[in-house]
Amino acid sequence: MVDFEVVDLPATDHVAEGDEAPDFTRPLVNDEFWADASLSELTAEGPVCLVFHSMDGSFPATYIWNELRDRNVDEHCTVVGVSISTPYAHKRLIEERDMEFDLFSDPANGVAEAYGVTHDLDGMTGVSEARPATFLVDADRTVQYAWVAEEWPDFPPYDDLEREIRALAD
Amino acid sequence: MPDEEPPITLYRLQACPYCERVVRTLQDLDLEYTSRFVEPMHSERDVVKRVAGSRPVPAIVDERTGVTMSESANVVDYLESTYGDGLVDATGGAD
Repeated sequence: MVDFEVVDLPATDHVAEGDEAPDFTRPLVNDEFWADASLSELTAEGPVCLVFHSMDGSFPATYIWNELRDRNVDEHCTVVGVSISTPYAHKRLIEERDMEFDLFSDPANGVAEAYGVTHDLDGMTGVSEARPATFLVDADRTVQYAWVAEEWPDFPPYDDLEREIRALAD
Repeated sequence: MPDEEPPITLYRLQACPYCERVVRTLQDLDLEYTSRFVEPMHSERDVVKRVAGSRPVPAIVDERTGVTMSESANVVDYLESTYGDGLVDATGGAD
């Protein structure tokens, strides 16, 4: 018998494959500065992998970015994160993980809400963040691949994600 | 969002009154601009050093005129003398 608890997350009506990815504008943070950017500006340059993750500093955020960094997924398409953390925290995360990915800052969690991937945190009253989710969006802003966590904690199926990214990029 | 980035980029620090002075001037002159926020620590501002030659903010890069400038009084003077009396058409694009 396991003595730990993986929590089932409630069913959610999230953005799915074939849907148009909702456009949004938020501060996009890189290792030097942040400036407003929209998803559509990024997709105008090519496919985008949108990675919703738990707040910076949590172990899932650390694990996800370590894994994506080590797989060099940004060689094939633009990979960007979204979390409720501030631009200041994002800069720290980018520095600490030594990663090439830019991160959207969405403290009010509106982007996760638009994608149907919110997660109200037990024991942190009033704090809603994104549940782990990845959306692979093509240059027409159509979702080609979607994965949304159904339990907590949970991690993207990295092999599937990497295969889909490579397929879309080729 | 417009497809083309505004020609003026402002490097700024959140809550910095000198930066807000430049913002007010940009707004008074109806100039479009992109804000790039940097951090309080000077050592974290390599991007400003790279584009402007030194790390203080506010700093602006005006692609329309090729001017890069920092220090708020200088920037305000520049903006007012360049765009204040319709000397340069601020709506006419970068060409």
